[in-house]
Amino acid sequence: MSQGTNNPKAGAGTSLEEGIAEWRCYLRRRQAIHSVDADELEDHLRSQASTLEKAGLAQDEAFLIAVKRIGDLDALSREFAWEHSERLWKRLVVAPGAGAGDAGHGKEALVAVALAVAAAVAIKVPELFGARMQMDQELPAFYVRNVGLLVLPFLAIFFAWKRSLPPLGRLWLAAPFVAGAVAINFMPFASGGHTLALAALHLPIALWLTVGYAYAAGRWRDHDQRMNYVRFSGEWFIYYALTALGGGVLMLLTMFIFSAIGLHPERLLVTWILPCGAVGAVVIAAWLVEAKQSVIESMAPVLTLLFTPLFTLLLLAFLATMAWTGCGIDVKREVLIGFDLLLVVVAGLVLYAISARDPNEEPGLFDALQLLLVVCALLVDTMALWAIAARISEFGFSPNKVAALGENLILLVNLGWSAVLYGRFLAGRVAFTQLERWQTAYLPVYALWAWVVVVVFPLVFGFR
Amino acid sequence: MNVGKDLVAASATPLILAILSEGESYGYAMIKRVAELSGGELEWTDGMLYPALHRLERNGFVKAVWGRSESGRRRRYYRLTDSGEEELASQRRQWQVVDSTLRRTLFRSLQLVLQGG
Repeated sequence: MSQGTNNPKAGAGTSLEEGIAEWRCYLRRRQAIHSVDADELEDHLRSQASTLEKAGLAQDEAFLIAVKRIGDLDALSREFAWEHSERLWKRLVVAPGAGAGDAGHGKEALVAVALAVAAAVAIKVPELFGARMQMDQELPAFYVRNVGLLVLPFLAIFFAWKRSLPPLGRLWLAAPFVAGAVAINFMPFASGGHTLALAALHLPIALWLTVGYAYAAGRWRDHDQRMNYVRFSGEWFIYYALTALGGGVLMLLTMFIFSAIGLHPERLLVTWILPCGAVGAVVIAAWLVEAKQSVIESMAPVLTLLFTPLFTLLLLAFLATMAWTGCGIDVKREVLIGFDLLLVVVAGLVLYAISARDPNEEPGLFDALQLLLVVCALLVDTMALWAIAARISEFGFSPNKVAALGENLILLVNLGWSAVLYGRFLAGRVAFTQLERWQTAYLPVYALWAWVVVVVFPLVFGFR
Repeated sequence: MNVGKDLVAASATPLILAILSEGESYGYAMIKRVAELSGGELEWTDGMLYPALHRLERNGFVKAVWGRSESGRRRRYYRLTDSGEEELASQRRQWQVVDSTLRRTLFRSLQLVLQGG
């Protein structure tokens, strides 16, 4: 304000600005009041205050009275909400002109789109060197090996940029990608061998967990950061699935309308649009999760809440049926993989239930339900392992069997100790944070195992 | 005398439209104008004017544009639209009905008083 500049009370000018900034801050906490409304109200506040000042009031008094005249903020925001009820449906990135804070947001969108395009280009570059994607043919081996390496670096770059990872951290981040690329491309795998398939399957998992290093801005030892990455991964998965669904609809419609004029764009769709879209969406989904973080309720915990009881019912029904009919588990080749997947789902449900729970809340019914779910899963899995162990000699130790068994054991240990901690928590003996800590402390085990399957397995099993 | 809350709320729309029919204006100036015209009898809670203005804008009765104040601050100016003019005329008629009804009852009670006396 002009009258405050060459005034002995120059400090009062800043305190007015501070007062207004604080008041705006209160205002902006109301979701029905947008930034432009706050601008308008601020203009009103300043006009009122300066009139009062001209009438002889001190600056702070004028400010206080002006604030008072604008009225109670709760009542005001109710009025705004009544008038703009659509604003209560929190909106995502689309809301334009949400104010000055948006400059960084727009830049982030640009970076995300640029990286998505870069990923889309990267996925097609190998074609120049002969690894052509064809209709009705299997994906070239190059892609099977390298798909994670072609996409996830861009996600890592996005977070390295967004979190301003220091140069040393960037080196640390790049190292696993280089190591993974060397391992999967230069080790003498037998073509079509099991160890190659396993390594190709586990490399993206290993790299995904590596991206967590960039996500946490290098502070990967921090439990809170780890938990945030877990939350991010869940939300990312949901966004990716939704994007994929939309992309599917888009492709179907493209096919339909072009075939109506006698053109058949299948080849273009399958070899260009699909792969480029699929990899670009990886970065875009990550950006959306970051952008909406504070805007929308997390979805993963909601789904967890929905499915925990259902999975518990499923497992109870399975156990009851087994007890009733006396049927043992029929050990076939895929049975171990199936039970691995079951444990992955249960571990995921536990992890996301934990990630969304307020650690200060008292033990409740849902915690008991979680314990029941975990115990059921453990019982079912123990029986499956028992059945498999009895016939392990028949199968021999193939790489697939060892990988499946190892995964099973890793998840079993996690769930076993989770069950113990849940029991203690329900008995009021430990704090909930213990459970959270256990889950986040266990994350590197998954990463380590994935790397072992990528790097150590081929060596041990002679690249079979 | 203070005008009651309900009446203040009900009269906000015609008053805003009437003030804007005098020319383009902004929130703070409009509140000052109301106080001036009513001799300080009509008091609005300042903040409440804005949701009301936004409602009128959504209904197409007023149009808002961002401009600058004399001191260079961003300021939102409101202007009456054609359909706003029509609305104002219709609101005026409605208030006149209420007003004349009130007057007639007053007249009637005066008559009764006179007859009784």
